[in-house]
Amino acid sequence: MNRRLALYGAAALVSLAAPHLLPNYVSQLSMLWVMILFALTWDILGGQMGYNSFGNIVFFGVGAYACAVIQRDAGLAYFPGLFLGLAVAAVLATLIAAILGSGILGLRGHYFAIGTLGLGIAAGELASGWDYIGAGSGLVPPLYPGELGGRELFFYYLFMVLAVVTFVTLRRLYAGRFGLCLNAIRDDEDKAEAMGLPTTRIKTLAWCVAAFFLGLTGAGMGNLLGFIDPRDVAFAGPTFGVWMVLMAILGGKGTLWGPVLGAVVFHVTQELFWTYLLGWQRVALGLLIVGIVVFFPQGILGWAREHWPERFGHRVEEKAS
Amino acid sequence: MWANINILWEAPGFLVDLLANGLLIGSIFALAAFGMALVWGVMNIINIVQGEYVMLGGFVTFYLVQAGIPPLFGVPVAAAVLFILGWGMYRVVIHRVVDKDMFISILATFGISILLAQLTNELFGSDVRTVEAGLDTLQFLDGMVSISEIKLLAFVLTLTIGLTLWLFLKRSRLGQAIRATAQNPRAARILGIDTDRVFAATYALNAALCGAAGALVVMAWAIHPYIGLPYTVRSFMIVVTAGLGNIGGVVVAGLGLGALENLAGFVLGAEFQIAFVFTLMVVILVLRNLLLRRQRKYLK
Repeated sequence: MNRRLALYGAAALVSLAAPHLLPNYVSQLSMLWVMILFALTWDILGGQMGYNSFGNIVFFGVGAYACAVIQRDAGLAYFPGLFLGLAVAAVLATLIAAILGSGILGLRGHYFAIGTLGLGIAAGELASGWDYIGAGSGLVPPLYPGELGGRELFFYYLFMVLAVVTFVTLRRLYAGRFGLCLNAIRDDEDKAEAMGLPTTRIKTLAWCVAAFFLGLTGAGMGNLLGFIDPRDVAFAGPTFGVWMVLMAILGGKGTLWGPVLGAVVFHVTQELFWTYLLGWQRVALGLLIVGIVVFFPQGILGWAREHWPERFGHRVEEKAS
Repeated sequence: MWANINILWEAPGFLVDLLANGLLIGSIFALAAFGMALVWGVMNIINIVQGEYVMLGGFVTFYLVQAGIPPLFGVPVAAAVLFILGWGMYRVVIHRVVDKDMFISILATFGISILLAQLTNELFGSDVRTVEAGLDTLQFLDGMVSISEIKLLAFVLTLTIGLTLWLFLKRSRLGQAIRATAQNPRAARILGIDTDRVFAATYALNAALCGAAGALVVMAWAIHPYIGLPYTVRSFMIVVTAGLGNIGGVVVAGLGLGALENLAGFVLGAEFQIAFVFTLMVVILVLRNLLLRRQRKYLK
């Protein structure tokens, strides 16, 4: 227990100090938290509940747009506007998840996967045709009022807090009855329903949790980047939308730390090496997806669990001689 | 939007034009959907690469024409090239995911789809390309309805290929092996069918069908590296609507989708056409599922 506390303490210390130790990389470090948020929220459905969504990016985009529109139209000062925008983004994203959920989450397996894929792309196409939110030319959130570099620092801590809150919330949820319900749905939905679980309500609730945090992430992200493009930022299916799946699988889906680990590994590799690829990044992404999915589907934590099961609290059966 | 509907009301000839052209374009969608239904039914894989094979078929035809070969030869050549590519793809990646979880195969083919689209973009550039087929345009109803012969050709070709495919599956040795494998791969293996070869042939055949569709797309329309995913979604939608193993249904659903899409593209505006395709797919899925839900069943 003490070792675990020390570990958490060290992680907290590093996270707090990181932007001051590496002042030139603050926005990349903020992106790291965003990636962790992506992977964590994807894993609620993808890992714990066995519903592989390619459309979670919808909530991210809705959050980004909702916040920027509030900031543009509410006529408030920067910070009140931003916080009102964050709140509206979270509420709107959750609401959309609740409305879509009852229909979409009735689909199962591959139908759900393809249905959500369509949802994500449809949202992007609709946003790029809608004049109220800037159509294809996107939206520009208001400028951060503080001094130079203050914006990155502010959003670094915002995303850090958000990621930590998400992590702690999910940890609590997974540890309780809700987590067990999710796992029951993953393992056998018909049986779970026969046992009397209100599966549709639980599934929708899980999607709402993911949407809530993704909406907040999107709202912050629009402000961090300073520009919201409908296809490349808000509803970026081929980048963010795929990355979240990939990171969760890379780390080990269905675990709490797996998505975090996957996000860190993925993002650090990406930042270190992808600049050398000169435009071939997306080709590399395709290769990476195929490689990871075909050869390494169990992920880092899944692999570790196979090799050191006793470390994960699994009892190893002695071979009967 | 209402103004556009009004135009259609005032000029029914134009409506006929939209519907007729849509039907003919729909036949190209049906061609790619044959392949998807085949791979889905036999290998239990939803092949997201579908659209990229269509796109590559178009590129093959485009470069053939650049080399001075008449465009209509592009159809068989694109089919042949894509057959080889499909076979190679099966040998390298697909055979590793055939008996895995459905999600793994979806994600793996999605990865290949991104890979091919981006590779094409890097190698050939992202320009929109089209090929002049050198065929005329037919006019009906005082020029209100104009239909290019290439679309008619595409229509005839789809029907022919559909019929050939049906005969091939019913009569030929390989066709019977494919159907046996679709019914029960294990039993087929016990009875001496080399299921691995059957899978490879099925997958390559699918790529070839898409290649032929792509050759028609580049002549009737235009292609660019990122055109793939809408074609995948269209094929998926057609197969879901028609049901697996229903070649006639695929043709009808394909034609219907083409007509509906062309109409929607005009009524809602061209910028919403892709959005319409994807939204329609989600709506179809959810509706079909809700209907099944009444009997406590779901789409399988």
